[in-house]
Amino acid sequence: MLKTTPFHSRTAPLVQGQAWRRWAGYMVASAYELLHEREYAAIRNSAALLDVSPLYKYLVTGPDAVRLLDRMVTRNVTKCGLNQVMYTTWCDVRGKVIDDGTISRLGERQFRLTSAEPNLRWLSLNAAGLDAAIEEVSERIGALALQGPLSRAILAQLCDADLAGLKYFRLLQTTARGIPLTISRTGYTGDLGFELWVDASRAVELWDLLVQAGTAYGITPAGIWALDLARIEAGLVMLDVDYHSAQHALIPAQESSPLELGLEWTVSWDKGPYNGRSALRAERERGAAWRLAGLAVDWESLESLYREVGLPPQLPGIAWRTSVPVYRGGRQIGYASSGCWSPLLKQFLALAHLQAPHFAPGTPVRFELTVEHRRLQADARVVKLPFYDPARKRA
Amino acid sequence: MPQRYDAILIGGGHNALVAAAYLARAGRRVVVLERRPLVGGAAVTEEIFPGFKFSVFSYVVSLLRPEIIRDLELPRHGLQILPLESTVVPLDNGDHLGLWSDPDQSRRELARHSPLDAEAAPLFGRLMHHMAMAVKPILAMVPPDPTSLAPSDLRGMLRFAGHFRSLGAERFHALHKLMTMASADYLDEWFELDCLKATKAASGIIGTFLGPRSPGSAYVLLHHYMGEIDGAFRAWGFQKGGTGAISEAIASAARAAGAEIRTEAPVERVLVRNGRATGVALGSGEELAAPVVVSGLDPRRTFLELVDRALLPEDVVTAIERFKFRGSSGKVNLALSELPNFSCLPGPGPHLRGAISISPSVDYLERAYDDAKYGEFSREPYMDVAIPSMIDPGMAPPGKHVLSAFVQYAPYQLNGGWSDARREAFGDAVVNTLARYAPNLPGAIIGRQVITPVDIERITGLSEGNIFQGELALSQLFFLRPLPAWASYRTPIRGYWQCGAGTHPGGGIMGASGRLAALEILKGSRA
Repeated sequence: MLKTTPFHSRTAPLVQGQAWRRWAGYMVASAYELLHEREYAAIRNSAALLDVSPLYKYLVTGPDAVRLLDRMVTRNVTKCGLNQVMYTTWCDVRGKVIDDGTISRLGERQFRLTSAEPNLRWLSLNAAGLDAAIEEVSERIGALALQGPLSRAILAQLCDADLAGLKYFRLLQTTARGIPLTISRTGYTGDLGFELWVDASRAVELWDLLVQAGTAYGITPAGIWALDLARIEAGLVMLDVDYHSAQHALIPAQESSPLELGLEWTVSWDKGPYNGRSALRAERERGAAWRLAGLAVDWESLESLYREVGLPPQLPGIAWRTSVPVYRGGRQIGYASSGCWSPLLKQFLALAHLQAPHFAPGTPVRFELTVEHRRLQADARVVKLPFYDPARKRA
Repeated sequence: MPQRYDAILIGGGHNALVAAAYLARAGRRVVVLERRPLVGGAAVTEEIFPGFKFSVFSYVVSLLRPEIIRDLELPRHGLQILPLESTVVPLDNGDHLGLWSDPDQSRRELARHSPLDAEAAPLFGRLMHHMAMAVKPILAMVPPDPTSLAPSDLRGMLRFAGHFRSLGAERFHALHKLMTMASADYLDEWFELDCLKATKAASGIIGTFLGPRSPGSAYVLLHHYMGEIDGAFRAWGFQKGGTGAISEAIASAARAAGAEIRTEAPVERVLVRNGRATGVALGSGEELAAPVVVSGLDPRRTFLELVDRALLPEDVVTAIERFKFRGSSGKVNLALSELPNFSCLPGPGPHLRGAISISPSVDYLERAYDDAKYGEFSREPYMDVAIPSMIDPGMAPPGKHVLSAFVQYAPYQLNGGWSDARREAFGDAVVNTLARYAPNLPGAIIGRQVITPVDIERITGLSEGNIFQGELALSQLFFLRPLPAWASYRTPIRGYWQCGAGTHPGGGIMGASGRLAALEILKGSRA
């Protein structure tokens, strides 16, 4: 049996179609309703409530907690202030990404690291000789993402904390009707949103409070299908979909560097030694061979391919995650790793790994499309990520 | 010296805004002149009661052309269409009929009432899909004149004919039936369930002065199916912030392309010299000059009010005078302290996030039409009800709601004429009818706005309150809209153009008339 999250007693009765997905050994809802359309719309229109408890969570404490994390990850953790959150990747010594996640500074000497995969061993290896304690708290903490333009208004019903003053990628500790809670202004949707971290024993109480306070604001439990659409629009990569951990890759071609993933901004060039530093410096020097970029498929081209068989364009309802070849000048120059039809932008979008120099925005490429069992090519062009970036995300 | 533009657009309805955006994107210096303080025409959102926002007139979007959404990048300017999923029909026996977007759910629900109809429905849907696919290209086509021998008209007619030949016999015959039959008769060929036929037929009477048993109503049914073939594209549903936000999005795209938009700038008349439009005179006395003047108003105002009718050929004047408007629908907008509680589906539920159709039987609709035929509003009207605050919570204060009821029939020509008392009596008929299905409704009403065709005309300027700028009857479509020989967005006055829904392809928040007019103007100015 798969494990269930601390919110399971609330989420399970809502899953109308028994559409569950495995996530880190847990079962989480793919969609609550039979169609996920409304759940996605809530992310962009009102507020969606997502159970993200399966994230791996580690508490790192002690005098050397900063040094440990700073040595492990690519971002400069010494610059992480109290109550700040940093998104970062971490690499092996060859500068290839092992995982990505967030680091939250909960205290002067206390951090929480979240990740997609187990990282206890890697943390322990990096802690050699340092005075830092590492504790996995994955099962002790329930995590909810409350995402959407009305998420702040809902939280404001429940706690007195200064939510209006809580900036993007900052956190605060508060209580909501007596439930101790950490609220971070973070998420995986590219929208205004928060993540709520609560002791597992009080998770259900928090869920009930949110639903009660949020009903008048259109709060909508949302599953992974809805989240997947939003994260692609936001240009956010997913481990095991858009890239593979350097610790699992069987051949070098399966590995990616932060530069290749378009995550150069998470790499500090001026901090002290850390895993992969010299390899990344060398890579920056010579220029990355690949880069993750956005693709938008041209509608007229798509429509004409379908018109030839007498159909209107058949668009995917959920995000796809299969490898799709991308061509230029008759030669394959890369592949898309995930994509979707954006219900909001009304565009056929993909995240693609493109070889240099084909990743400059505006570059025309061809995107493989299977129309009625025939492999064809549609026109597409490289566009800047993120596809969707509303001002309210940071405002 | 009057201020000079390349093109002046009269009226800030969505079609004129679309035309302005296309012209501005082509580098033209354009100005849109709107009489009201806000743009949108019949697609406006207004806060009628403090904290309660309403799509006052047009309330859903179904036919907005995908090419316009793409060309003008409307999502970047605020277009955000939210799913409006289900249609629930409360029945007189306390039961209901639910049409849901999940096919299994819908089939099971239909089978509860009629196992045969449950299987017929997807087949009917497939035929409608093919019909809509057949008609759709026509939406993007400037109507050719079938009596003209000009090469462009001949080419158009050839394309038109070739298109229908490619349908095959079976579908061509079905199309012919749809073009000529009454929707109730057509649906009789498919279904046995009365409430299902009534609900489908209802979309064939919206906005027209026809009943479900009137020939020609089947076409309007098809007109409404057209929004659905772009199914996955999802250009239909409920716009966040109401339909006014669509107008704002188009206006924003037009401004970004350089168009100027002036509100509270009513146009008095079009200036014509030597048979050529030269500009407009505003109500303030100010004059603006442009070689291209485009009216987004309906044909009556475009031909008979904005220009001196002595400048037009007599047959054109007569034909426009005969163009049928006959507004037949009204709107009731309610601010509610709590959700309506429908006896057939008590409590809150997904049905409150979709449409609620008051169409229990074909006879019910036909009786509603009977009242209107003889000059009365329907005592028990057909209604298409939505609760937009359930979809976009921003439409009402938290926990409160707005309800929109599109109501038919409310004839423009009411016996004895419309008055405040008659308007409120109409509002009472609507609320009383709804209260039969949701008894708590009257007690939940905080504010009530009742809109008759006379109010639609007074506020938006739409003649006789016709929501389509003229009836969507076969006699007034395609190369007959608004007039034979003047269906290509031109008028007998050179430089004076039309771009409203009174031109092909007509009503709904579609934008196609505005786009086609702009493209035609740009083609003309290249020559």
